[in-house]
Amino acid sequence: MHPLRKQRLQIVVMIIAASAVATGLIIYMLGQNANYFYTPSQVLSGEAPEGTFIRAGGMVVEGSVRRDPNSLAVNFEVTDGSAILGIRYTGILPDLFAENEAAIAAGKLDQNRVLQASEVLAKHDEKYTPPEVAESMNAAYKAKQKQKRKADKL
Amino acid sequence: MNWNWFYRMGSPRWFYESTSRWLPWLAALTFVLLAGGLVWGLAFAPQDAKQGNSFRIIYLHVPASFLALAGYFLMATAGAIGLIWKMKLSYMVMKCAAPLGAVLTFLALFTGAVWGKPTWGSYWVWDARVTSMLILLFLYLGVLALQYAFDSKDVGNKASAILALVGTVNIPIIYKSVDWWFTLHQPATIRFTEAPSMHPDMFQPLLVMILGFYCFYAVALILSVRVEILARERKTSWVRERVKQATQNTLGAGL
Repeated sequence: MHPLRKQRLQIVVMIIAASAVATGLIIYMLGQNANYFYTPSQVLSGEAPEGTFIRAGGMVVEGSVRRDPNSLAVNFEVTDGSAILGIRYTGILPDLFAENEAAIAAGKLDQNRVLQASEVLAKHDEKYTPPEVAESMNAAYKAKQKQKRKADKL
Repeated sequence: MNWNWFYRMGSPRWFYESTSRWLPWLAALTFVLLAGGLVWGLAFAPQDAKQGNSFRIIYLHVPASFLALAGYFLMATAGAIGLIWKMKLSYMVMKCAAPLGAVLTFLALFTGAVWGKPTWGSYWVWDARVTSMLILLFLYLGVLALQYAFDSKDVGNKASAILALVGTVNIPIIYKSVDWWFTLHQPATIRFTEAPSMHPDMFQPLLVMILGFYCFYAVALILSVRVEILARERKTSWVRERVKQATQNTLGAGL
């Protein structure tokens, strides 16, 4: 390669390297601040700031969704597997909001460590399945659970 | 090492004449893939168990996002080759890739917003994936704007190329953002290391659409580079000869 071109190639490589280092440092400094939401364990361990607007997300606990019969208020719990956070929200939930699905709530923590949410978003996973397949998978899962319970009883 | 083949490939005339031959075939292939993939994906692929029909926007969203990212690498590589070898054709490719990439990025953001409202409950969120994708749109627009910001074409090309190179660091960030941070956007469905987390009946039309978008990108880029070549080389004898021939043909047909 011509020495002049070699020199220009080195400059190009340097530009890329310098911007990568700069961006790497920015990302390092951003750290956890770039997360869109806190997990329930982070909120309950005090990692999330209190009295200010935060987002918290996790799997909606099965059987935890309780709706007020007279208003749009709804209480539910989200979990990340180790901690459970209570959430209270008044408004219309997104269509994909459901138990055992992920949801993200935005609002403030009150004294009882319940998140008073002003917005609830449903988080979708990366899996796509046709309805028939999902049904048969659910049926198979339930049959397995049943078998397991039977085996436990015996 | 002998670099002659490389310089021949960098000749605008060589590019123009060799693409004339196979471009119609590539365009036909693009049409077949896109039309087939769209009909297959929108009409015949099964619904999603949770989202119903709204998931079908994936057949535009994912291919557009793929090409927005891949197109950026192509643009930056063309810029680097232009910087190192001072190759005219390479700068033309970089210039033409910028608006094309901006449109694809916008399409990805727009289809994402349309899908986000019924699925997430919000058109727009400032999570790491969506924000880094917005930065990509601004990078494309910046490369485009720098082209026209200088009186000298040479300086404009250099400035664009440097911005394009600096911005490449954003591409792996976009790709990995859903793994590095907690985001509202779901992780990738298609991965290099694992089987796709999607039923084959839904995945096959998506593959066809991705392939179709790659071909479409090639056709659109080549077409706009050809226009750029004619505009920049309009004073050379081979372009004049072509223009003369083309006008004679149309005049002859008109008479």
